[in-house]
Amino acid sequence: MKKIIETKGIKKTYRTDGVAVHALRGIDLTIRNGEFVAIMGASGSGKSTLMNILGCLDEPTSGEYCLDGVKTSGLSKNEYADIRNQKIGFVFQIYNLLPRTSALENVELPLLYDRTGRIKNPIERAKWALERVGLYERMDHEPNQLSGGEQQRVAIARSLVNKPSIILADEPTGNLDSRTSIEVVSVFQELNDQGITIVMVTHENDIAQYAKRIVELHDGLIQDDSNVLDRHNALDDLKVLPSNKVNKEIQEEEILKK
Amino acid sequence: MKWINLIKVALKSLLKSKTRSLLTSLGIIIGVASVIIMVSIGEGAQADIENQISSLGTNLLIVFPGASQAHGVSRGAGSENRLTLDDADKIVEESQYIEAVSPIVSSSDQVIGGGNNWNTSISGASPDYLIIRDWELESGEFFTEKDVRSRRKVAVLGMTVAEELFPDQDPIGEKIRIRNIPFNVIGVLSEKGQNIMGRDEDDVILAPSTTVLYRLKGGRYINMMYASAISVEQMDAAEEEINYLLREAHRIEYGEEDDFTVRNQTDIIDMATSTSKTMTLLLGAIACVSLIVGGIGIMNIMLVSVTERTREIGIRLALGARGSDVLFQFLTEATVLSLTGGMIGVMISFLFAFMLSNFMGLSTIINPLMVFLAFGFAAIVGVFFGFYPARKASNLNPIDALRYE
Repeated sequence: MKKIIETKGIKKTYRTDGVAVHALRGIDLTIRNGEFVAIMGASGSGKSTLMNILGCLDEPTSGEYCLDGVKTSGLSKNEYADIRNQKIGFVFQIYNLLPRTSALENVELPLLYDRTGRIKNPIERAKWALERVGLYERMDHEPNQLSGGEQQRVAIARSLVNKPSIILADEPTGNLDSRTSIEVVSVFQELNDQGITIVMVTHENDIAQYAKRIVELHDGLIQDDSNVLDRHNALDDLKVLPSNKVNKEIQEEEILKK
Repeated sequence: MKWINLIKVALKSLLKSKTRSLLTSLGIIIGVASVIIMVSIGEGAQADIENQISSLGTNLLIVFPGASQAHGVSRGAGSENRLTLDDADKIVEESQYIEAVSPIVSSSDQVIGGGNNWNTSISGASPDYLIIRDWELESGEFFTEKDVRSRRKVAVLGMTVAEELFPDQDPIGEKIRIRNIPFNVIGVLSEKGQNIMGRDEDDVILAPSTTVLYRLKGGRYINMMYASAISVEQMDAAEEEINYLLREAHRIEYGEEDDFTVRNQTDIIDMATSTSKTMTLLLGAIACVSLIVGGIGIMNIMLVSVTERTREIGIRLALGARGSDVLFQFLTEATVLSLTGGMIGVMISFLFAFMLSNFMGLSTIINPLMVFLAFGFAAIVGVFFGFYPARKASNLNPIDALRYE
């Protein structure tokens, strides 16, 4: 399979007030097309730093990073921006949708900055992406009219819209309750089944179990890298869980009793 | 990013906070409107003055007697009066650039007529007087060349005199007496109103120059001459010509001073409008300052906006916007703010100018060049003051911007 991500000896050192902090101390990581990798680790283990570097938001202090066959070292700011625009889809913990902007316009946003013109009809493409996350009917809603899970699904649609080589999700379930988390993960699983490569940072072990491979970071080094043997299917798990609607009804009944 | 998308993005984010956008533009609105209104009032006043001076007559040249000097003491204008009726005739006969000349012989006397009396000034003139002064008759007729030659005792009354002496009847055909000399009233002048000095132009009696000079006043010399050049372009040539002809008539040798002064109407207009020009400049400059203050307002709000929208900028950068995309987005926002402000300002100034001239009787002239200038200046102000905040936004680091709370 084609290598989407290949890093060799990536190090990242921050200097604050003359004190060097070694966030990453030599990461060798290869991710191939079609993988679904969960990156785990305690806070301070360097997973966010790694994510920023993989997402071309930040440059490593040393080491080599190849994204989809393109060496990223020594590129200009604008070239970084173009790589982010064309090869990467981001999903953030706090959704990061533009406020007071409709779901459709949010999803269309990366295409506004596309200089290649490879996507002929941005609006149709954005609608298609919303349909894939099941929010076609809500395209005119603004973020504050959507639930957390729906906002995250809009964010996933936005990450899809530019036909990225890889989707990078940084704690995508961090702000969601457990059921909605699994719903969001089920979207990832579905996309992955259709062949999209996904890298997801999470600190929740049970969420990581939905991935195909788990990479564990510790103090800026890869501590463990193993395939998930008993991969969970999010859709199956959802059937077992009581729906949020039922939960709400139970709560309301309890309030009434009081 | 395509420019059309750029404008869309900028417009959308402005429309998201309409009140703020409007308030931000307010500085520019007031600035542009005040520049245009101030200058239009100034130019209106200037045009008023010019009109009043042109109402003196068309392409008017005025010849005054000169000043004499005796033993080094200058005795002031009119002290050496050597202008005669012959001088006027000479100019009429020999000039190329003069259309008409009228000598003026002034006298001030008590006039009796219709059972009333009134003190007024009597001006002896030639039949061309009406052409030169651009004046018309209300009724009756004016005296002719023949009347002048035969020194006939006929008079044409100004409106004020006519109303004072003959309040209830038509003065034409009536007799008036000036210094016990009876005059026949043959015409009444139309109303001219006040001149720029506030003098009532209608408080006058016109009579043939010879009649006034020889029958009322006595002596040889006339008070002044009015002349009319054939066109505005020929005013200077006409002035030269009068100088030449009068020097010849008065036998003034080369190197000697003129014993007369020629005033050109355009000189008078320039003199009278110079003050209002200065005022216009001053008002315009003050209004320009308010335009700049408006620009600073835009910069202020844009800076706040950049801080407030740091996360938005981070999102855009993460999704692949280049620094220049963000720069142009904010620059476009600032420019759109100042341009809409400019447009609203122009509309308000038109409205104001209309109200001022229709309800307050203040004459205003909106100069298209001024509108263009004010508008252009507003646009420049927007770009200039929008640049710093836009630059700040485009230099943000996407990671820090995304983390910004």
